[in-house]
Amino acid sequence: MTLKNIAVTFVLGSMALVTVGATSMRAQSHINPPDPALGTPSVATEESHVNGMTGHADRGRKLYIRSCIGCHGPDGNGEGMNAQWIDPKPRDFTEATFKCRSTPTGTLPTDDDLYNTITRGFVTTNMPSWRPLTPQERADLVAFVKTWSPRWAKEKPGTPLTIPPETPITIESILHGRQTFQRLECWKCHGPQGHGDGPSASTLTDDKGNPIRPYDFSSGSRFMCGTTNQDLYRIFMTGLDGSPMPSFADVVKPDEAWDLVHFLRTLQPLKTQEASLWQTYKAAHGADIKPIGPDAATGAQ
Amino acid sequence: MRTKYFLALTIAVLLGGGMLLFANPPAGSGSISGKIAYTGTPPKMKPIDMSKEPTCAKQHATAPVLTQNVTTGPGNTLQWVVVYISAGDQEASAPSQAVRYDQKGCEYIPHVLPMVAAQELQIYNDDQTSHNIHPLAKINSEWNKSQPPGSPPIDTKWEKPEFISVKCNIHPWMHGYFVVLKTPHYAVSGEDGSFEIKGLPAGKYTVTAWQEQYGSQNQEVTISGSENKTANFSFKVLPY
Repeated sequence: MTLKNIAVTFVLGSMALVTVGATSMRAQSHINPPDPALGTPSVATEESHVNGMTGHADRGRKLYIRSCIGCHGPDGNGEGMNAQWIDPKPRDFTEATFKCRSTPTGTLPTDDDLYNTITRGFVTTNMPSWRPLTPQERADLVAFVKTWSPRWAKEKPGTPLTIPPETPITIESILHGRQTFQRLECWKCHGPQGHGDGPSASTLTDDKGNPIRPYDFSSGSRFMCGTTNQDLYRIFMTGLDGSPMPSFADVVKPDEAWDLVHFLRTLQPLKTQEASLWQTYKAAHGADIKPIGPDAATGAQ
Repeated sequence: MRTKYFLALTIAVLLGGGMLLFANPPAGSGSISGKIAYTGTPPKMKPIDMSKEPTCAKQHATAPVLTQNVTTGPGNTLQWVVVYISAGDQEASAPSQAVRYDQKGCEYIPHVLPMVAAQELQIYNDDQTSHNIHPLAKINSEWNKSQPPGSPPIDTKWEKPEFISVKCNIHPWMHGYFVVLKTPHYAVSGEDGSFEIKGLPAGKYTVTAWQEQYGSQNQEVTISGSENKTANFSFKVLPY
């Protein structure tokens, strides 16, 4: 073999490799952002940083195809094959609007927020918990989810909400929380008993116009975004973006927020400290307790 | 050497002048006015049942509020159409005064509120009930805030031009628009469908009329000096 032949073989071989590469790129393109206006994801959005782990979007893409594509779809817009049978609808990642955040309404969530959501799942929706995946795999998915919207390249996540230490659980706190529940008109959607059956409940829609139910506090122990009192505090302070649930961060002081948390606990079918305090109070003062709702003129005690 | 200096000076003067121009576009004295008309049968605006919110229902006891998506006026005219310069206008910084949006009697006032990108927007709750103000922005970021009675106004702004649908989830009949524009030259058609865009410098403009249900229409208008030009628009409406 002459030197010339070797060169020709090398060139032809490289061309073949390039062709194979291009074909496989095309085969994968159906899970890349479909709209050129979305732009090419920047390097900054190709990674996630969670609990000391670095997630990589290229690995996340493979996991997405295996585990997420059925609902969230090949274009990341929540229109996967299963979406038509799912209510509420799967998240549209191209909008970068997320319910469970530690950050203010209108801002991007942190990597930790997305990781926690994937880990926890949504108790009230079809989104399961992804604990079967390793922590590293979940971090990789976070990195990939962030490639669907150009917002991740242009904006930083919001500053996480500071949650002050919880105030003592007392009957005064619960009663004041009950007043706050009345004053902020939480009952308009969540209902006077927290059953998710308030006067506005039947009219609620998400940001895509699909009907959506308010949370029913009697449904169990888990909330939309967690299980602890801190999680509950965070939910109403940051709001659930994309849903009718607004942020109350500008209108509720930290002490009031803890009072509201303590009252909300009494609406659950659980043997909590809050529930037992409330039961005792109700047994003693049942007749004096004004019902929550449109008939309670001022406050509710 | 001297030529070089001269060249540098010229460039500096041109640049400086250009920047001045950018910061303060010359206030013109031309204007564009006209009427927004419709052809066809418009849908009937429906009375809104506010009985679920007695404090608001009381305010409209004599005349119920109607939906406003196709608000017609005398002589087949349309109200709430935003008319603005979509091309040919010079870049301008946002006006320093804020625009005001009210939640009053469980209505958004005004129904359609135009503003310039980055202009301050103040949202008031004048009612004795909680509202949640939920701008369903797609290009800007969507947010959703509760505003109980007596709360201070929400002070905010939108960075990018967009037609933003606004709703209150607690009172689902409440629906309005923030129209965020690049230009400070805009007008909203009044009850008789008329509008006037003032303060236009001489130039070739594209004038766009936007109606929330029927979309946008364009016209080319050239203004020379302090003249007033007429631009009438007509939307084809459907009864449903």
